[in-house]
Amino acid sequence: MISFQNVSKVYNNKSVALEEINLDIKQNEFVSIVGKNGAGKSTLIKLLIGEEKPSKGRLFFGSYEVNKLKMGELPAYRRQIGIVFQDFRLLPTKTAYENIAFALELDGKSQSEIDEFVPQILDMVGLSEHAFNFPHELSGGEKQRVAIARALIHRPVLLVADEPTGNLDPLNSAEIIKLLSKINELGTTVMLVTHNKEIVNNLHKRVVSMDNGRIIRDEEDGRYILA
Amino acid sequence: MFTALFRIIKYGLQGFKRNSWLSITTIIVMTLALLVFIGLIIFSVLTNKVIGSLKEKIDISVYFNIDTPEDNILAIKRSLESLAEVKSVDYISRDKALEIFKANHQNDQTISEAISILDANPLSASLNIKAGDPKDYQVIAAYLNNDNFKNDISQVSYNQNQVVIDRLTKIIDTVQKSGLALMVILSLVAVLVTLNAIMLAIHSTRDEIGIMRLVGASNMFIRGPYIVQGVLYGVIAAILSIIVIAPAIYFTSPYMEMIMPEINMWPYFLTNLLSLIGYQIGFGILLGTTSSIIAVRKYLKV
Ligand SMILES: Nc1ncnc2c1ncn2[C@@H]1O[C@H](COP(=O)(O)OP(=O)(O)OP(=O)(O)O)[C@@H](O)[C@H]1O
Ligand SMILES: [Mg+2]
Repeated sequence: MISFQNVSKVYNNKSVALEEINLDIKQNEFVSIVGKNGAGKSTLIKLLIGEEKPSKGRLFFGSYEVNKLKMGELPAYRRQIGIVFQDFRLLPTKTAYENIAFALELDGKSQSEIDEFVPQILDMVGLSEHAFNFPHELSGGEKQRVAIARALIHRPVLLVADEPTGNLDPLNSAEIIKLLSKINELGTTVMLVTHNKEIVNNLHKRVVSMDNGRIIRDEEDGRYILA
Repeated sequence: MFTALFRIIKYGLQGFKRNSWLSITTIIVMTLALLVFIGLIIFSVLTNKVIGSLKEKIDISVYFNIDTPEDNILAIKRSLESLAEVKSVDYISRDKALEIFKANHQNDQTISEAISILDANPLSASLNIKAGDPKDYQVIAAYLNNDNFKNDISQVSYNQNQVVIDRLTKIIDTVQKSGLALMVILSLVAVLVTLNAIMLAIHSTRDEIGIMRLVGASNMFIRGPYIVQGVLYGVIAAILSIIVIAPAIYFTSPYMEMIMPEINMWPYFLTNLLSLIGYQIGFGILLGTTSSIIAVRKYLKV
């Protein structure tokens, strides 16, 4: 479903973030991506959602050739992907509830559907009490859970989560990973970027290890190994 | 489609409310811009009025010899009327001239008596000519200097008033030209100041625009609420500008009238209130929405 073909990314003509990446991800896979800080994991995701363009190579998602998408085609493309950003990127002037509802509104869902689904997912991520708080009134972990809820609610084909548990306590982390596994079982492809060794080792799923912009290891039922 | 429109309006109002401080400053700037705009409208209407009444006062009269037959005069009148420069020609016959003269002096005993003693009418017939443009009096005067008319015409008033007419013409011309330049410059300033204020307001929400793009919002869905806000700014600023300018006009109007009796600002303001409000709202909405569209465009490139 996803295919990186000889993709390189150089920022500002000097900072090499990705080099000759070849990576195929099949539909309904659960792939963890691990690597040191600066290895290029977030860049991989930015290319996938069209936030950045590859300097070289081609990138496919389903029937889309992502590196060729025009500005006007990106919105519809992005709506198929649920993204949890490393830095959350919640809309600051909208409440938790509204941030999550926003994803449904973009999908053209009716208000009654929104009023049905949003409370459900807020309950799932344990944020019912904070539904009407603005992002700046939430803790880091709470913001992260709003971001996860927003990425999940419209049932995307692909869920990309860039360190979704970075700010979560062990209990909440475990809950979120369970949630990701669940939606993976229901048919969503999941890409999980994480620094959490325990999570990766307990998942028993495919693990892609990156270092210095390259893929250095790619194993089914992989383990968290950095070097 | 309908839900999308509804949501765009909802988000427009929400953004307006939640960024209330920004909305207020933007509205203040826009109100000032619209005050400039309404000031220019009133200024141009009034100068046009003054210029119009000045122009009305300029004319040239052609006096004919007492023995010139009426047919000749009417022939000259027709030939004058065929000139493109001439707006109107009024024929004042000798009898009419006497009538006017009597009417003007009916309270003056000696003149009235003197007139009644005369058995012949001492006044000559004349044509009163008005040009469309004051600059054309020279052309008309030159035309009257024609040899064909020489035997019939005793006097052309332009020749005596030339200096005054020329000076007046120059003043009118300068006022119109500099008025236009002033309007262009001030409107440009008003537009740029508003554009800048709205750009600044939207600049502060650029991260939000980027996030919306990244989670898959279409450009129309992102732009829409800003356009709604632009409309809102425009309407509110337009109403405020009217509320601010009304008392200003009310209190200055009598003073202006003392200086120039043609200028009656308050009655003008009242009779044209509806269309002035219409202009202000129309201009405000145009200014608000186009500024919003221009300002958002920059941040949609994610
Ligand atoms: N916009 C940018 N301009 C210039 N260099 C950048 C930019 N974004 C990332 N880089 C560089 O590219 C490299 C890869 O960055 P990336 O964010 O992909 O790392 P990462 O694997 O996600 O790291 P982390 O685990 O810290 O999130 C880094 O060296 C970084 O400095
Ligand atoms: Mg990263």
